[in-house]
Amino acid sequence: MSETDDIGCQQALKRLLEFIDRELSDSEHDNVERHLSTCRSCFSRMEFESRLKQRLSALSADDVPEKSRDRIRALIKGF
Amino acid sequence: MSISNDTFESQVLAILGPLHGVARRLTKNDADAEDLVAESITRAWRARASLVDAGAFRAWMFRILNNTFISERRKTLARPREELLVEESAGEEGAFSIFERLHQPFLLWFANPEQEFLDKLLGEDLDRALAALPEHYRVVVVLADIEGLKYAEIAETLDVPVGTVRSRLARARCALQRTLWDVARDHGLQTSRTGGTRA
Repeated sequence: MSETDDIGCQQALKRLLEFIDRELSDSEHDNVERHLSTCRSCFSRMEFESRLKQRLSALSADDVPEKSRDRIRALIKGF
Repeated sequence: MSISNDTFESQVLAILGPLHGVARRLTKNDADAEDLVAESITRAWRARASLVDAGAFRAWMFRILNNTFISERRKTLARPREELLVEESAGEEGAFSIFERLHQPFLLWFANPEQEFLDKLLGEDLDRALAALPEHYRVVVVLADIEGLKYAEIAETLDVPVGTVRSRLARARCALQRTLWDVARDHGLQTSRTGGTRA
């Protein structure tokens, strides 16, 4: 595919979640990115899906109760 | 490979938060999650010789956690729940997109219903929608979107091909959006398009 070819909305949307997850090859990523730079509707969809992913990511909780951490430390010491 | 007690401890403690997070999502219960993590760490220590690549410790540990959860749950069930037997089938959930439900291109410069929907979402709406997902979908969303694992790590964790991760994740996200849509509607979260009330 030449740099001027557009993959179109259907292909871009099919790849959109993998694009957001950064799981596409460099050339596939570039193709989707190029389409997004010219298609407002797909760009809006990408923004929505990205924000939803960010909201989910914010649910990640690294805080572990100290009691649980102590239990794991004691467990491993006993191995 | 051989791994020392100290190295094992430091690697476990470095990912204890994500381990607990995934365990909580699987068990939906803090006490069970704590037990699951402890049992998984015990199994991991016993199986430490199977860790070939020290760089893959996180995926290896998640895999043991997931397998421990499945095996422990099987003990408590007279027969496997249906969802354990679910095969990957194309179009199982059907396509569903909140964006497609809400997006109004002609309102672009004046209103943005889909972004407004996200603005009004509470963490508890997401928690509730996640908890309502079938387990085989919940785990893949948790690993990809909450814990940020790459597809290859998820494949290693779930012992499935990367292609299966891609297809399962796509269906899981559709199912999540469908559930989120229902949860949000049940809790009065609507957009300007549907006459929302939550401030």
